[in-house]
Amino acid sequence: MTDQQTIQRPPLSVPAVAIRPARAPRDAASRRRRVWSVLRHVLLIVLCLVMLYPVLWMVASSLRPNGYIFNNPSLVLNTFEVQNYTRGWDALQAPFSTYLANSAIIVIGAILGNLISCSLAAYAFARLRFRFKRLAFGAMLVTMMLPIQVLIIPQYVIYAQLGWINTFVPLILPKFLATDGFFIFLMVQFIRGIPKELDEAARIDGAGHARIFLQIILPLMKPALATAAIFTFIWTWNDFFSQLIFVTAPDKYTASVALRQFVDPTGQSDFGALFAMSVVTLVPVFLAFLFGQRFLLRGIATTGGK
Amino acid sequence: MSALNELRALKVPKGTKRIRDKSDTRDNKAAAVFLLPWLIGFFAITLGPMVASLYLSFTDYNLLQNPNFTGLTNIERMLQDSDLGSSLIVTLVYVVISVPLQLIVALAIAVLLDRGMRGLSFYRSVLYLPSLLGGSVAIAVLWRLVFGGEGLLNAFLALFGIHGPSWIGSPNTALGTLIILHVWTFGAPMVIFLAGLRQIPRELYEAASTDGATRWRQFRSITVPMLSPIVFFNLVLGIIGAFQSFTQAYVISNGSGGPTNSTLFITLYLYQKAFGSLQMGYASAIAWLLLLIVGAATAINFWASKYWVFYDD
Repeated sequence: MTDQQTIQRPPLSVPAVAIRPARAPRDAASRRRRVWSVLRHVLLIVLCLVMLYPVLWMVASSLRPNGYIFNNPSLVLNTFEVQNYTRGWDALQAPFSTYLANSAIIVIGAILGNLISCSLAAYAFARLRFRFKRLAFGAMLVTMMLPIQVLIIPQYVIYAQLGWINTFVPLILPKFLATDGFFIFLMVQFIRGIPKELDEAARIDGAGHARIFLQIILPLMKPALATAAIFTFIWTWNDFFSQLIFVTAPDKYTASVALRQFVDPTGQSDFGALFAMSVVTLVPVFLAFLFGQRFLLRGIATTGGK
Repeated sequence: MSALNELRALKVPKGTKRIRDKSDTRDNKAAAVFLLPWLIGFFAITLGPMVASLYLSFTDYNLLQNPNFTGLTNIERMLQDSDLGSSLIVTLVYVVISVPLQLIVALAIAVLLDRGMRGLSFYRSVLYLPSLLGGSVAIAVLWRLVFGGEGLLNAFLALFGIHGPSWIGSPNTALGTLIILHVWTFGAPMVIFLAGLRQIPRELYEAASTDGATRWRQFRSITVPMLSPIVFFNLVLGIIGAFQSFTQAYVISNGSGGPTNSTLFITLYLYQKAFGSLQMGYASAIAWLLLLIVGAATAINFWASKYWVFYDD
């Protein structure tokens, strides 16, 4: 043991001072800095635990028998109960897979729509010169901040007259019409960063705007497209307000709306099943975060930054 | 450049006349094609419905019969509607407390996660995650069970012999649980602040440090002014977003806004009127009231920004 300890060497990049034994004399400032550094890690770890504890508790509770969920703050599992999941899966009119599939259809449609329509609009705003450009761009920025409530009633009336209530059309079609200004803005920012010389070289070769867009800009803006796709995925998956309004038939419920049905105002809720299905609906968001966080972080940093 | 700065930049200063040269319009045709989806969406799904809802605000409309023009009746009714009054108060209290509180926490943690600290990306990821989950029904459900009578919070308090009430069942604390939920999602503004902190030139701190400025002084005189445009951006968008909060209150109160209207956000009241009792005209009037309040709040924010937001350009 002692041999091994003496063999162990610090990495070359660490200055010798940092590994000097604690007994060695050292100035007060560096000791204070060290204490602060440790304290800061402790603080942040406690904060992370507090932030994540409710979610972890939900996962743990979803694996407990119904009677053991409440008055129980611990995360330790004595038994491992998967029955909440099987019971929850079949608790509503249709199996939960139906609702997940409905959400998935809407999400895929929304992603396709946003990527196509927003990238087209973004190209125009970033690269073309046309009349009323400032007006149109300003209008686009303002609609980003418009409360959806001021639009939803007339939209409902129109969709009802077209027979689109209880279909997914009201949830997908607007995405093909570039109604998410946030993504247009994100892509405009990105395209502005692509050197204009590339377009000009292509134009000298005789390329029109369609070709410049498809063959030069679109391939180069993949990171922005990825960011838009992941955000659309998470926001559409989590969406509740418009899904609640436009989809009222039980077989068309999305996962969000179906989950809400578990919270029964009159009878006894099956809390185990409720927790289990809540966890099920969070898994896709968590996976999107896990695999896409690079794009998510960059996306909000560039659109929110100065 | 944030969306707000873009908007600010679009404003043509008074007295200047824009000269339009020919090349300004040379891509008209191509632009019409590229912008076609957006134009259809803007007129059919945004501007059209917006005007329609303004018209509906002056009607009585139940979706089955044609709208019946009633003049200012809806506005008179709003003035006497005590439920609407309490929903306005609840919404304002929520916005005024939860948005600044969330930003203060986000800024404090962003400063704590100083550049180059070990494990920064790990902490950033963990703390960012809740802001992605926070808007979901699942988390609202979880909140119900964390702050319920026999929920997680009271189970913890019981370890110390405290018998807590049902936090979501009491009119005094139900709104507080929604504010906590909003603060819980501080990760998104935190990431924006972190990106902003990285933009501040190190030399400023070094110079201040040589002049003997304390950490706190450096924070107040360098970090806060340099970051103020980003704080402003988060404040404006945070307020606009918070006025529209719906899901959490709906799930926590089972759509009722209770107990005793304590979680009755204006959006929830609007939903009840429009889709619960099919009073589409009255609900449209409430929607326009919401729009005017959000617009006024944004205008006040822009006006006040002259006094505290620092632009170095």
